[in-house]
Amino acid sequence: MVSIVDRILGPRVEPEEVSTHSLRYGAPGVLLLIARVLLLTSLFLPYWHMELQAPQYPDGLHMTAFLNALTGDVAEIDGLNHYIGMRSLYEAAEIERIVGVFIMIAFVVMLELAAYIHTRWAVLLIAPAVFFPVVFLVDLHLWMRHFGLNLDPHAPLSNAVKPFVPTALGKGGIGQFVTVATPGTGLILATVASFVLIAALYFHRRAYLPLVKQRNATAASPTSA
Amino acid sequence: MNIKWSTGRRLAVLLAPLAMCGFAATAGAQSMRDVETVAKDRGLTTADLIAAAKTYLPSGQKDEYLMFASGGHAGQIFVVGLPSMRLLRSIAVFTPEPWQGWGFGVGDKIIAEGFPNGKSNLWGDTHHPALSETKGDYDGQFLFINDKINARVAVIDLRDWETKQIIKNPLTLSDHGGTFVTPNTEYIIEGGQYATPWGSDYAPISEYKEQYKGSVTLWKFDRNRGRIDKTQSFAIELPPYWQDLSDAGKLASDGFFFMNSLNTELATGGIQDKKPPFEAGASRNATDFLHIIDWKKAEQVFKAGKVEQIKGFPVITLKTALAEGLLHLTPEPRSPHGVDVAPKGDFIVISGKLDPHVTIYSMEKIKQAITSRTYSGTDEFGVPILDFDSVVEARIEVGLGPLHTQFGPDGYAYTSLYLDSAVARWTLGGSYGSSTPEPDWTLVHKTPVHYNVGHIAAAEGDTVSPDGKYLVSLNKWSVDRFVPTGPLLPQNLQLLDISDDGTNMPVLYDMAMGVGEPHYAQIIKADKLNTWTVYPEVGWDPHVQNINPMAPKPKMERVQRNDDNSVDIYMTAIRSHFNPEHIYLKQGDTVRWHITNTERAVDATHGFAVPVYNITASLEPGESVTIEFVADTPGTFPFYCSEFCSALHLEMMGYLMVEPK
Ligand SMILES: [Cu+2]
Repeated sequence: MVSIVDRILGPRVEPEEVSTHSLRYGAPGVLLLIARVLLLTSLFLPYWHMELQAPQYPDGLHMTAFLNALTGDVAEIDGLNHYIGMRSLYEAAEIERIVGVFIMIAFVVMLELAAYIHTRWAVLLIAPAVFFPVVFLVDLHLWMRHFGLNLDPHAPLSNAVKPFVPTALGKGGIGQFVTVATPGTGLILATVASFVLIAALYFHRRAYLPLVKQRNATAASPTSA
Repeated sequence: MNIKWSTGRRLAVLLAPLAMCGFAATAGAQSMRDVETVAKDRGLTTADLIAAAKTYLPSGQKDEYLMFASGGHAGQIFVVGLPSMRLLRSIAVFTPEPWQGWGFGVGDKIIAEGFPNGKSNLWGDTHHPALSETKGDYDGQFLFINDKINARVAVIDLRDWETKQIIKNPLTLSDHGGTFVTPNTEYIIEGGQYATPWGSDYAPISEYKEQYKGSVTLWKFDRNRGRIDKTQSFAIELPPYWQDLSDAGKLASDGFFFMNSLNTELATGGIQDKKPPFEAGASRNATDFLHIIDWKKAEQVFKAGKVEQIKGFPVITLKTALAEGLLHLTPEPRSPHGVDVAPKGDFIVISGKLDPHVTIYSMEKIKQAITSRTYSGTDEFGVPILDFDSVVEARIEVGLGPLHTQFGPDGYAYTSLYLDSAVARWTLGGSYGSSTPEPDWTLVHKTPVHYNVGHIAAAEGDTVSPDGKYLVSLNKWSVDRFVPTGPLLPQNLQLLDISDDGTNMPVLYDMAMGVGEPHYAQIIKADKLNTWTVYPEVGWDPHVQNINPMAPKPKMERVQRNDDNSVDIYMTAIRSHFNPEHIYLKQGDTVRWHITNTERAVDATHGFAVPVYNITASLEPGESVTIEFVADTPGTFPFYCSEFCSALHLEMMGYLMVEPK
């Protein structure tokens, strides 16, 4: 009888088997470790930049989003945004900025656990981290859309500026400003981690799927019942 | 066919780069030929074009030097960029100035500190700016300026270019020998000018010799506080000559300072009674007296308490000064203007405007003469006079009406010639001599200027390390240089290029100064300053150069009525609104109106102007000010932002409503 825990953890591999096929069994773990390092590092790096260019700001205005903070000329940008009735950027993604770091730590713990699970259940632990960069950008887009489309109709420039959706990545424009949004190194690292994790899943499947199949076959055979 | 086709293709290949060249030529079509055309059309010579090329700054390029010029009657400082000669801004000092919001609610207390004998006085006659120095070189931290009309000294902080202190001299009513600083800005020297009784008390001029006093004041500068410390300052009584310009010694002459004087004849005028007028009486003698004062010794005498309290201020009396050996005189050409110490401190150059020579004194010889008591006598107050021939190093005939001298880095000295309307270049001797191609102590060249030059200022030309390159001739008369501006003509500040050797010293640019008469100016390398572009933090009080904990902050705006019927208004200003916008007061309320500009963007200055109440303030980013007044006039007063701060600037206003009693 295979217990539920064993079913989830999957077959263990004999040490001599591991040492003969160190690459086959080592690869998933190493890749998961790399992904963890990348994600942990990304915590300290900016995820997103926005530059606003206009004649009267020769050096431009800059805003940088970390997972847990907004930095740069946010106050000045807020000051300008009030003319078109946009809410303060500090009110955007407040919950995300509070929980972002914990989610990332949770991902790292999940990836750590995934290294011990040799069944398809590992996918459940790895997939959230894989999709994280996409989720980040979608969330960013939704917030910008929400802010851009819900302008205060009583704002001073409400006649001149119609509701709009600011661009989350790439070039946009509003009034005399050209906006340039670019991914930060943190987001790039998280994206690299996603690809590393997809590779880890591939090698995981290659290493453990035969063992799982083998065990299932053994379990199904009447002789061992 | 085949051949034709390939020729065509080859042609196309050849033409393509040509077409690109053609395009490039169209895009940058201008050539030196166009410059020639413009020059021809406008009648410009090659020299004019070179002068233009040396001074023109394309938009966005910045000046290499800043000239801090006195503003004369304007009672301000004018700051000019070199080589462009663009007026960058003025700094309000003794005179209220609305754009800077100086004296219309803000700065009033500082101006009032300088009121002579408690009487309101809302202008100044600024003469000699002095940049603070470290080891005899400009350090770009502070600027001082005197007011000749009422004997006052002001301190300006060069982080925010604002006046921080005005101090009234308690002893004298006019100063001309200020401001000059000692090599580490230990003291700011303020020499009195027209002798008066102490504190300008009443005494008939028949008692001139007994009652009228000369003096020099040494103001102690506290660099940490950025203020003159009056409690550590003192004055020295001098004979009732009219002490004139001064200069602090440095290096070889460190510890001394030098002052000119006129009217050593003690003339008292009286043209109305057919007595010789001052202009004749005060220039009767062939020589006046150079004062040589040992300030380090004087400081010890002051610290030892050997002073008399006069008008509540410690004075080393003439008697004590003589007993302690602080003061020596030596003859100088009559009616002198400048006394200027050479970069190494070893020579002192004096020009008497009625003598065509510059006279150069040697510090080494002065020290020897003091030690060996080589006196030619004493004056009628008992002050020892060092023998002229024993202390003079050289005399050079430079031209008519020599006034002031500045120095280059290469052994050249420059002297303004008021009557000749020229700037003379001459060579120093001694250890400077080898760096010039010409022989020592020789006139090299005179460049005509337009007209009647007073002071001149060379780049860092009165420090231990002059830069050369540029010299500005501050001309008193412009006559025909500009389009007539009515019978009152602007001053003409002319830029000279002194970077070359010998006789090449051309005028590059004429700058009209139509807002006051600059006297002296100092020119500092712009990168020496650490100027703030916004105040360091929101809620900054420029007067203490720190955060004001009581400054209004966003979300703390309110109108607070106190038990004593005074009202505190806590207001913020940001593009494009004040908060609060409605202010209700009752007639007779004492109001303290606190406003903080909460902006952090460079140049996001707001004004605050209230009609009828004579209030205008300039709030630079981060600045917080408090304006106090009594709401004595009832009515409805739209107040507004007086700086075009944003597209909605007109809407940046509010209503002050004062309910009648
Ligand atoms: Cu404004």
